[in-house]
Amino acid sequence: MTKQQFTDTIVIGAGHAGLAVSYCLTERSIDHLVIERGEVANSWRKERWDSLTLLTPNWQSRLPGFAYSGDDPDGYMSMREVIEFIDDYARFSKAPVRTGTTVTSLKPDSNGYHIKTDRGEWHCRSVVIASGACNLPAIPKVAEAIPANIQQVTSWQYRNPDQLQEGGVIVVGASATGLQLAEEIHRSGRPVTIAAGEHVRLPRIYRGKDIQWWMDAAGVLDEGLDEIDDINRARHLPSPQLVGSRQHPILDLNVMSGLGIKLVGRLMGVQNGVVQFSGSLRNICALADLKMNRLLKTIDEWIEQNPDVSQFDSLERFDRTVVDEDPCLGLDLDDSGIRTIVWATGYRPDYSWLDVPVLDRKGMIKHDGGITDSPGMYLVGMPFLRRRKSSFIHGAEDDARYITQHLAKYLEQTTV
Amino acid sequence: MNEQTNTVNNGVNVEALLDAREALTAAPEAAKFKWRATCTWLNGTHVSSSVEQFYGLGEEQSHRKEFTFDSDHPEIFASEDNGATPIEFVLVGLAGCLTAGIASVAQNRAIQLKSVKATLEAGMDIAGILGIDSDVRNGFDGVKVHFDIDADASSEDIEALVAQSQKRSAVYDIITNPTNCVVTVN
Repeated sequence: MTKQQFTDTIVIGAGHAGLAVSYCLTERSIDHLVIERGEVANSWRKERWDSLTLLTPNWQSRLPGFAYSGDDPDGYMSMREVIEFIDDYARFSKAPVRTGTTVTSLKPDSNGYHIKTDRGEWHCRSVVIASGACNLPAIPKVAEAIPANIQQVTSWQYRNPDQLQEGGVIVVGASATGLQLAEEIHRSGRPVTIAAGEHVRLPRIYRGKDIQWWMDAAGVLDEGLDEIDDINRARHLPSPQLVGSRQHPILDLNVMSGLGIKLVGRLMGVQNGVVQFSGSLRNICALADLKMNRLLKTIDEWIEQNPDVSQFDSLERFDRTVVDEDPCLGLDLDDSGIRTIVWATGYRPDYSWLDVPVLDRKGMIKHDGGITDSPGMYLVGMPFLRRRKSSFIHGAEDDARYITQHLAKYLEQTTV
Repeated sequence: MNEQTNTVNNGVNVEALLDAREALTAAPEAAKFKWRATCTWLNGTHVSSSVEQFYGLGEEQSHRKEFTFDSDHPEIFASEDNGATPIEFVLVGLAGCLTAGIASVAQNRAIQLKSVKATLEAGMDIAGILGIDSDVRNGFDGVKVHFDIDADASSEDIEALVAQSQKRSAVYDIITNPTNCVVTVN
């Protein structure tokens, strides 16, 4: 007989977002529990590659009531440091976390929600989904047509180049992940081809400051839902081509080409052992160049209005992305010695346990800035939940405060 | 960002397009279109194709009238040259699609166009279609599109117009990416 337990609010997921919500709930003395399938910061522990460093600088690592206190504010945390940071936060905030507890179903019931886990059941009046945006790899359908002798690895499974067969590698995807993996695999001695679809090009350092510093200062990170023309697009942008390191002032496709990595268009199909790449590469790169320059112009304009211009380096522009006159449109996998395809094509959340009708036709939770259509159900920790910074650790605070305020009012109004 | 002003008029009803976008986001089935053409062989390489009916917004639709197009091959191919070659129709399709896209994006971005002229050229080695060399593909070995645009906008904004038009173009996508093509016979 399973024991049934009651609490006001259940938070699903003890990553940075779930813990930020827990902190805000504790501030308001709302009785709650954080349910975590693994350990605190589980995705960072188990689902990331070895060399990954945080894309945001240390000074930006802050959560409600807590901030980075080390001696390298401009550095970028390694995975071990991120895990420590989030672990420290869980301890500091005394978050009521049940680790090693996997949610198997979440359903509405007469008083709110009924949550089943592999370690007991709970009834709660409200629920906050903080299980993350990156639970499963998102792989295009074309992967099914790749011949069986080719090894396929997703960025979700990838840890380091030793996992890969010797021989040529196609890295599919030109986000932060795709470029970082392509560079690392290239350095392992394997010839790398990178297939680039739509991407976001950004310099790490611009006019002497970290790009995150600029986006913070110029108000870009604070942009909210009502300031964006197309929120759906903003929520699905690939992560910008950044790496948490100052080794390259810019890590872009030109750097890839310079290393000897072959640049091709988006991987579109496979026929008779030949992978086909889109002929739109030139335009895809032109779009990314134009968009980067628009952002840099926003920064330049911000500087012009700043009283102390002298503290910034002078205006600079980066070279256009260089694309072959005649880019490769097809590669015979066998003839070109390709042994492995690495899918760095993004992630999607896993809501297989969610039995509440809140999903859209793409399987994503419909929400208005984190508030779902199901009363008392909230979502946090998603890209551009309420603001551009929602995607980052430091963006969790504003979202968590807003959501918990709404949630507190909901609990008050529904108290019988 | 790009405020719509009353003075810009490229003859594109952007409001209607944006309304349609919103309506079709809510009703994805209505966004599924089927385009159709019929074609009759006349003589030699001379054929006549026509378009009139299509399907979209959940029902059968029709052009204002039937449009017909003769295609043939030039005299150096020992044909009568009664019309453009089918491969030139592909260029016509690409030019029409990209240019219409430029007008629409310009309207949406409040950029007044004064003139837009596209010049297209596609290379092709006919050793492919003649079966002379199996290493040569039948189709284009590349397509070059050049735009001359006069508009009330910076060169960077015009460049962005052209880039966005490619990003949203159906024919550009058809040309740059593989498409499954099924041909049957009775």
